[in-house]
Amino acid sequence: MRKLFFALLFMPLAALASAELHLDKAPDRTHDMAALQNGAKVFVNYCLNCHSASYMRYNRLRDIGLSEDQIRENLMFTADKVGEPMRIAMQRAEAKVWFGKAPPDLTIIARARASEFGSGADWLYTYLRTFYRDDKRPTGWNNLVFENVGMPHVLWELQGQQVLGQDHKLSIARPGKLKPEEYDSLVADLVGYLRYMAEPIAETRKQLGVAVLIALGVLLVFSYALKREYWKDVH
Amino acid sequence: MNAKLTALLGWVDERFPLTANWKAHLAEYYAPKNFNFWYFFGSLAILVLGLQIITGIFLTMHYKPDAALNASGVPVAFASVEYIMRDVPWGWLVRYMHSTGASAFFVVIYLHMFRGLLYGSYRKPRELIWLFGMIIFLLLMAEAFFGYLLPWGQMSFWGAQVIVNLFSAIPLIGPDLSIWLRGDFVVGDATLNRFFSFHVILVPLVLLGLVAAHILALHEVGSNNPDGIEIKKKKDANGIPLDGIPFHPYYTVKDIVGAVAFLMIFSLVIFFMPEFGGYFLEYNNFFPADPLATPPHIAPVWYFTPFYSMLRAVTVNFFWIDAKFWGVVAMGGGVVILLFLPWLDRSPVKSIRYKGPIFKSAVAVFVICFLILGYLGMLAPTPLRTLLSQICTLLYFAFFLLMPIYSQLDKCKPEPERLTG
Repeated sequence: MRKLFFALLFMPLAALASAELHLDKAPDRTHDMAALQNGAKVFVNYCLNCHSASYMRYNRLRDIGLSEDQIRENLMFTADKVGEPMRIAMQRAEAKVWFGKAPPDLTIIARARASEFGSGADWLYTYLRTFYRDDKRPTGWNNLVFENVGMPHVLWELQGQQVLGQDHKLSIARPGKLKPEEYDSLVADLVGYLRYMAEPIAETRKQLGVAVLIALGVLLVFSYALKREYWKDVH
Repeated sequence: MNAKLTALLGWVDERFPLTANWKAHLAEYYAPKNFNFWYFFGSLAILVLGLQIITGIFLTMHYKPDAALNASGVPVAFASVEYIMRDVPWGWLVRYMHSTGASAFFVVIYLHMFRGLLYGSYRKPRELIWLFGMIIFLLLMAEAFFGYLLPWGQMSFWGAQVIVNLFSAIPLIGPDLSIWLRGDFVVGDATLNRFFSFHVILVPLVLLGLVAAHILALHEVGSNNPDGIEIKKKKDANGIPLDGIPFHPYYTVKDIVGAVAFLMIFSLVIFFMPEFGGYFLEYNNFFPADPLATPPHIAPVWYFTPFYSMLRAVTVNFFWIDAKFWGVVAMGGGVVILLFLPWLDRSPVKSIRYKGPIFKSAVAVFVICFLILGYLGMLAPTPLRTLLSQICTLLYFAFFLLMPIYSQLDKCKPEPERLTG
């Protein structure tokens, strides 16, 4: 009966699986402070001109091993005080005229881009590595995971220029400053930073969770002992 | 000290029935001694309700129901949720407890309702307990729906847009009704503010009253049990049911074990997977609401999906009225038909333990259909999926509408005289 139940339940569901979007797995940089700091540097230099990160305060970057002085001197280009959020000077109305759509705030982009095909980090890691030249686009750029994207390839000087072949594979037509492995590593750092920024509390949350579960586990043992003691005389 | 406390209790008891209520509802409320796993979910529902109210109070202190854009072009409501997640001390924990609590509430309530279905807890004399419970379920759906708009993300906005638009399918008054509900021609600031008001005061207030009525009705007639027989039929010389044990301390200490086990699973989600793979916090809802960008696929949160599937299953126009209206009727009917369960079940026994093969198979088909409908409701429709949801919707309704017939035909086993454990 039970077997039949599960067979009936899963048989139709298996027939309904949906089409795949292939994403490359983003390397894990969660515990690599140097990589996260490098990612932060890339972020404030390349992204934080058009994109804001308006829920992220500069001084929160102490989480990834930086002092307030280091933050102020090396990363803080768009604010006066270290407690301010990462805002930008560009006006949204003007940005809309220039790009067709104002560039989105990136604070939690790594959470928003998650899907059944992969994590938000996987999406970003693939996205930032699959820009290619496309003369049909006003910017001259297109992208494999974000078709007809509004953003030009901001990191093209580092990666070089890719073209899309007949076989739907990308190849480098003009090399950039970095070797492909170096570029992938840089993007991994940047994505690692974006992932950190999307939920800075994530690591603390998991550590705290272990402590909470242990405490509740102890409580479970005692509460069960209490229950048994009371129920001894129930027959 | 003790003498003084006793005197104080006496002073109170002369003015308020404190001891009398303590006895009536806890110390001398006799519950069947054979409650099993399924009987944890009533007390767990109260636990989750309490958690939702307490975390909700703290969220309300920092949340701002405002759809206007801030300097960075983000809606104030959306930004205030991120403010809670980042800048309010422990705000992330309170918010995750509340968002996970919403899903946990439905898990617990669905299991609680299923328990009722298994053991016939809705049968005479417990019809009113079932009815109050069903209205609580309806209100809970409303509460979840209003609350889901508040973070003002893409799914909040478009989900609300889809659901409020359903009312426009009602002939004649529909279009005006949906404008009245929204307070605007589209979901906007007016909608956000009124949903906030409904979510934090109107629905919880009615909900608490009904929970009280649900429990009072239960304690009037006494609890059902896995055997589905009345323990009040066999009493000892003092008028205490032979198979009954006082709720306190026996079930209080037992429910504490259930509560701790529940909190462990709850914490597992909160601390290690607060999004629960996109089922508890939908990924697309991390994008702020954008009235100009319709998401390619609008999916309600998991607990609404079985009924959402019924809505989409109706694709034919009847009597010159649009299919959408009949979809709304199917969806509403899917919920409302549960109310009639006490009068649809004509079986001579209450519990599934003594019911025959027909009823058992019907329940199995019903559960499978409900789960498939739930799964389909999360996916974009295709012709095959629509056909499957139509079959499951028909079987769902057949389970209820044919119950007066098959529950009488069924070959039931005799009920025992006393509880079997």
